[in-house]
Amino acid sequence: MLETLIAAIMVAALIVYALMGGADYGGGMWDLLASGSRAKRQRQAIVEAIAPIWEANHVWLILVVVLLFSGFPRAFSAIMIALHIPITVMLIGIVLRGSAFVFRKYDSTEDAVQRRWSTIFGIASFFTPFFQGLTLGALTTGNIHLVGDQVTTGFFAGWFTPFALTCGLFALTLFAFLAATYMTVAVQSQPDLQDDFRRRAIWAQTALIPLAIIVFTTSKYGAPLMFHGLTNWWAPVLLGWTGLSAIVAAFALWSRRFNLARTAAVAQVAFILLGWALAQFPHLVTPDVTIQNAAAPESTLRLLLLALGAGAVILLPSLFYLFRIFKGQEQR
Amino acid sequence: MNDLFFARSQMGMSLAFHILFAVIGMAMPLLMAVSEGCYLWTKKPVFLELSKRWAAGTTILFAVGAVSGTVLSFELGLLWPKFMQYAGGIIGMPFSLEGFAFFTEAIFLGIYLYGWNRVSPLQHWLAGIVVAVSGVLSALFVVLANAWMNAPAGFDIVNGQPANINPIAAMLNPASLHETIHMVLAAYVATAFLAAGIHAFFLLRDPQSVFHRASCSIVLVVACVSIPLQMLSGDFAAREVAKLEPPKLAAMEAHYQTSRGAPLVVGGIPDDATATVNYGLQIPFGLSLLVGDNPETKVVGLEDFPRDQWPNVRLVHWSFDIMVGTGSAMLAVAALVAWIWWRTRRLPDNKWLLRGLVCCSPLGFIAVETGWFVTELGRQPWIIYGVMRTRDAVTPMPGLVVPFTTFTLVYLLLAVIVIFLLRRQFMETRPKWIKREPVLQH
Repeated sequence: MLETLIAAIMVAALIVYALMGGADYGGGMWDLLASGSRAKRQRQAIVEAIAPIWEANHVWLILVVVLLFSGFPRAFSAIMIALHIPITVMLIGIVLRGSAFVFRKYDSTEDAVQRRWSTIFGIASFFTPFFQGLTLGALTTGNIHLVGDQVTTGFFAGWFTPFALTCGLFALTLFAFLAATYMTVAVQSQPDLQDDFRRRAIWAQTALIPLAIIVFTTSKYGAPLMFHGLTNWWAPVLLGWTGLSAIVAAFALWSRRFNLARTAAVAQVAFILLGWALAQFPHLVTPDVTIQNAAAPESTLRLLLLALGAGAVILLPSLFYLFRIFKGQEQR
Repeated sequence: MNDLFFARSQMGMSLAFHILFAVIGMAMPLLMAVSEGCYLWTKKPVFLELSKRWAAGTTILFAVGAVSGTVLSFELGLLWPKFMQYAGGIIGMPFSLEGFAFFTEAIFLGIYLYGWNRVSPLQHWLAGIVVAVSGVLSALFVVLANAWMNAPAGFDIVNGQPANINPIAAMLNPASLHETIHMVLAAYVATAFLAAGIHAFFLLRDPQSVFHRASCSIVLVVACVSIPLQMLSGDFAAREVAKLEPPKLAAMEAHYQTSRGAPLVVGGIPDDATATVNYGLQIPFGLSLLVGDNPETKVVGLEDFPRDQWPNVRLVHWSFDIMVGTGSAMLAVAALVAWIWWRTRRLPDNKWLLRGLVCCSPLGFIAVETGWFVTELGRQPWIIYGVMRTRDAVTPMPGLVVPFTTFTLVYLLLAVIVIFLLRRQFMETRPKWIKREPVLQH
């Protein structure tokens, strides 16, 4: 029970990470893809939207990792051994991305110099979420096996599969969609920019449809347990909500109801990750590591929960304050 | 050179890189908050200008610290999965609390750095104070986890597995007090001396600069207060290490034979084969006095431990001596500064003293690095002292030379860029500070 609760909090933190940090990655992608006569202003708007909050956004990932190794040390160990390679690549992406972002801000304002940092920032914004989606996908494939505490399937199992690779593509497209939708609200005072981002959001949402179908069909062989999970009684309900949010988001973008589009996009991303988590339940690494057999002793879990409660009391008001300061005023 | 060697190298390199930024990210907010407090109190615009300049430099360093810290939280598992599997449930507590402290730090740093025009001056200053406090807290929690590796507590071993886990007892282990105090003070010492050196450098060029005089006085106060406290805390830490980890203390002091009236050996070349130190400076009874306040105190030597449980004596001893040496040099300079200040009642701006401060600027960071060498190399061959050996904790992943090389190159590149950008930041804005009185725009 206790371990399920901690796992649920982990999923919640992961969803928030996708909604906040994921949008940052999307911002980086659009930064790289900025084009046309307004490219410079597009980049400027993205930087302004990200700068004050990106450090806080990325702490959610650290929270997920810390919860994983405190609450489920056996799973952490197995994941870090089996997925050493994609996780290392993802980390290099995180380092390059974060540093290129601040370096750009403080380096010379010459175009050539700025473009060099933008390129690094943008490329890292593509491959980091790709490897994140791939890592999550790999956990679901069922290809990673353990005997006792030893990973027996080597260092390429799971992640180097069509299913995991499409999960990576899906994640990066999803974040691109999310970021473009957020940006339509952020640049409300500049209608021409708003149009640019609206078009980008619609394109990304359109690309998501075939990708979602591919992820679903490859999961039949690539992640059979998840595929099986998605045929559970709750699945139609959840898929229905996901689809509905996606349709509302697309419709709202089309009819320029940007606040509604943003809300629907948030719901869409949250439902997708929730669906993944439910289809995966109770496995952390399908099929050998479950929430139950990887959990830390109860004394640890109880204190962990207590710490999470105490932390939330400080964290949530602080976050609210941060977003009120930087995101509240754009809706003037 | 096997995979264990590269795993240790990668971890060591990542920690050594991260600690530089972590230390500045922890201590700079204090300096910024003090300076902004001075501004709110005196309304002198120079203090506001100062907080802003410091904040701009801190942004770059904090970002690099944040990403390299993220890497570390993964590397714990990527490189030492067996350790994390064993210890995750025991020391997860301080790591979780650290997560929240760092979260708070990142949130309020965002408000501090980008909120100059968006919140009231008082709110802004309070945000700075929250950053300074949560920065110290997150350092504290991380060091608590490290202290547990040196003095494991809060669990029993049943059939080779941890049982009866008490995370609170693990967190408040016997090494926690001296390690946390020593680290927090180290951050203030290192950052204050670095900043003092930089501002002294500019004061040498332009002794009348209002800006650099103000900044120099703030950092010198922090430096002069923190370094004597740090020396005291170091003495306390050494005594605790003598109790908790005798082999580490023996390696630090290159002390091979258990004896009473043990001399303190400074420098020299320790030789494990003959269990002697060649060319070292010996202070009679020094070690016994240091450990027990009594020249006859018995100090345990390395020879009381099996040979395969010795750390690398040369590296630990030399690192320790460098740490103590740099600390003493800084203490001497701080004493001189304080004495002149007290005698003349004005900021010491004697040319030779300023030159001395410039020379001292990297010393605090050298002390931080060598201090961590002592802690970590001195615990070897253990990853959890007396419980788990480092070689048993390493990942089965082959080819670790690849990630080690990659991260080393990436970090080297980042270091070069950071230095370049900070240097430009200082050089480009310098004339502006000097030619006109700083003007308050916001």
